[in-house]
Amino acid sequence: MAELSYRDAVAAGLAQEMERDDTVYMIGEDIAAAGGVFKATPGLLERFGPRRVRDTPISEEAITGAAMGAAMTGLRPVAELMFSDFIATCWDIIANQIAKTRYMTDGQITLPLVIRTANGAGSRFGAQHSQSLENWAMAVPGLKVVAPSTPADVKGLLAASIRDDDPVMFFEHKSLYATKGDVPDGEHVEELGVAKVRREGSDATIVALAAMVPRALDAAERLAADGIDCTVIDVRSLVPLDTQTILGSVRSTSRLYTVEENPRLCGWGAEIASIVAEELFYDLDGPIVRITTPHVPLPAADALEDATLPTVERIYQTIKNSD
Amino acid sequence: MTGAGETTEVPAQSEVTGYAPAELDRTTRLELYRKMVALRLFEQRAYDLFLQNLVKGTSHLSLGQEAVAAGFGQAMRADDYTFCTYRGHAHTLVRGASMTGVMAELLGRSNGILGGKGGSMHLTSVEHYAMGSYAIVGAHMPIAAGAAWSAMERDSGQVAVCFFGDGTTNIGAFHEALNLAVVWKLPVVFVCENNLYMEYTPIGSVTAVPSPAADRASAYGLERVLVDGNDPDELYGCASRFLERARDGDGPALIEALTYRKGGHSRADPGKYRPDDEVERWMARDPIDLYRGRLLELGFGAPELDEIDSGELAAVDRATQEAKDGQAPDVGAIETQVFADGGNAWRN
Ligand SMILES: Cc1ncc(C[n+]2csc(CCOP(=O)(O)OP(=O)(O)O)c2C)c(N)n1
Ligand SMILES: [Mg+2]
Repeated sequence: MAELSYRDAVAAGLAQEMERDDTVYMIGEDIAAAGGVFKATPGLLERFGPRRVRDTPISEEAITGAAMGAAMTGLRPVAELMFSDFIATCWDIIANQIAKTRYMTDGQITLPLVIRTANGAGSRFGAQHSQSLENWAMAVPGLKVVAPSTPADVKGLLAASIRDDDPVMFFEHKSLYATKGDVPDGEHVEELGVAKVRREGSDATIVALAAMVPRALDAAERLAADGIDCTVIDVRSLVPLDTQTILGSVRSTSRLYTVEENPRLCGWGAEIASIVAEELFYDLDGPIVRITTPHVPLPAADALEDATLPTVERIYQTIKNSD
Repeated sequence: MTGAGETTEVPAQSEVTGYAPAELDRTTRLELYRKMVALRLFEQRAYDLFLQNLVKGTSHLSLGQEAVAAGFGQAMRADDYTFCTYRGHAHTLVRGASMTGVMAELLGRSNGILGGKGGSMHLTSVEHYAMGSYAIVGAHMPIAAGAAWSAMERDSGQVAVCFFGDGTTNIGAFHEALNLAVVWKLPVVFVCENNLYMEYTPIGSVTAVPSPAADRASAYGLERVLVDGNDPDELYGCASRFLERARDGDGPALIEALTYRKGGHSRADPGKYRPDDEVERWMARDPIDLYRGRLLELGFGAPELDEIDSGELAAVDRATQEAKDGQAPDVGAIETQVFADGGNAWRN
């Protein structure tokens, strides 16, 4: 085990895969010489050379389109979009082209590509550089959607995403880049579609994703001090979605809370809530409660942004008051 | 010369550069003729079947524009990539996709080349390196650049050829793709089939420059290339030259081929928005009529050409019958091929 930051785990995952597979190529804005605006890719240019680690113009459609064209013809490209908010400028390529081409061609075309992007709030960047957009991707058939919360998962899930034969949207959380954690030595590959139980408790199940996972864990510690013992599940991958781990936990706790950074409407937690309501309705001891960002674009000021996202305090109070 | 805001006239032939090879062998000429005839007859049949309500949804025909597909199709190496638009029957067929498979796809049958999942606007035949027909204007241009990038990195010697319309030159993806292709020196040839109209609007009335592609070439440091899009010899020569350049590592090209639709934009559009005299002038320049005339002048025998005509008609008849004989796709296919494991499982 070595301690790595979340951002260093990105580079470690990429390096691991580029080392073992010379069809893995990286493209994106400022990723090569500058090592990425979030410094998640430093050293890779020096290690793998300018052909495999390539800077692009500010052309999100060209970046994602080129990744698609290369993926259908023998490469395994990893494209970086600097901020997830920018997927709106290439949503046609992602949602209409990359997601649908396999289906429309009845399987003639396979697209083993990864789109990495910096997602989420906490940096006081305002409404166009802070969104949590994993639910946009989740709504489109044909995309896989991954959002890690720990450095070990960054490396392991990124490796799994690169090896996967389907297009994967890989959402890295901006406010987690500086966090540190143990990462297994040697080759590390996780499996897509497997949620992880981060804490076991018998009173309620809290399901969280990315930056909401550590907050849910903190809230669970406070609740435990009050005698409410919660399970915290890190969803990790929205598509494929490990419903069995979630259903199994709710079956024993009989309560479900989701903690979502996305604005309220159609967040990923709504899908999980609907599955649990449909399949475990009679096991529930109380309503399913979604703890989300309110339905607003994100404000910039620290005092406002902090109060907009689900806080440890809000998670704690919501669960305590509805228990 | 027309300027911004005016409607486009048929550009003067004097503006068009000559690319036809001085000498062309018999076989190549006959093959160019055969390809155009096959595409014409197929498209006419598709139109008939549309009027009979057998082709559902929409279809965009290449009637009148067959020379572009034939000229490039003839010049391309068997493993060069084709990327085309919803107006893609001709470009897909010319690479070798089966007429039956394409016709059956238009009819929504299980023996369609996409099993009925894609339809007219998404024809693809990867085994023939026809890498897809794209129905969102401009989207395939960066994708073609990506295939060229991969060919370059794999050192495969393949070139990607990307066909699109005049209207496509005004969407962002066109500019993003061209810039990237030049900066990375990619083996990709972009071919604008300027048929003077987007759907119904004349391109000149919405474009800052008179030649929508050729006049933009200089912005990307590319040569200005305007070619007669109704002359297969010109197109074959032009394609050969720029394919070779790209294959040799000398980077991309942007070609504008001047052509005209025989009919409307799609479905049953009668194309009434086009002035009569313009239509008349272009109908007098039908690529197949002109080429047949040239071949006869060059000493090819009429029976030889007639034999090609009847052979291709028989092929289209056969394809039509086989397509009609196809079954409706099994509804079990609906939830297949979303993901690489062949299914659509998004949860356990
Ligand atoms: C992004 C986008 N906008 C609009 C359309 C609707 N549309 C389909 S074809 C077309 C005209 C395209 O004109 P052009 O590029 O000249 O091609 P042509 O049809 O003449 O071959 C339009 C506007 C579309 N498919 N995609
Ligand atoms: Mg047009």
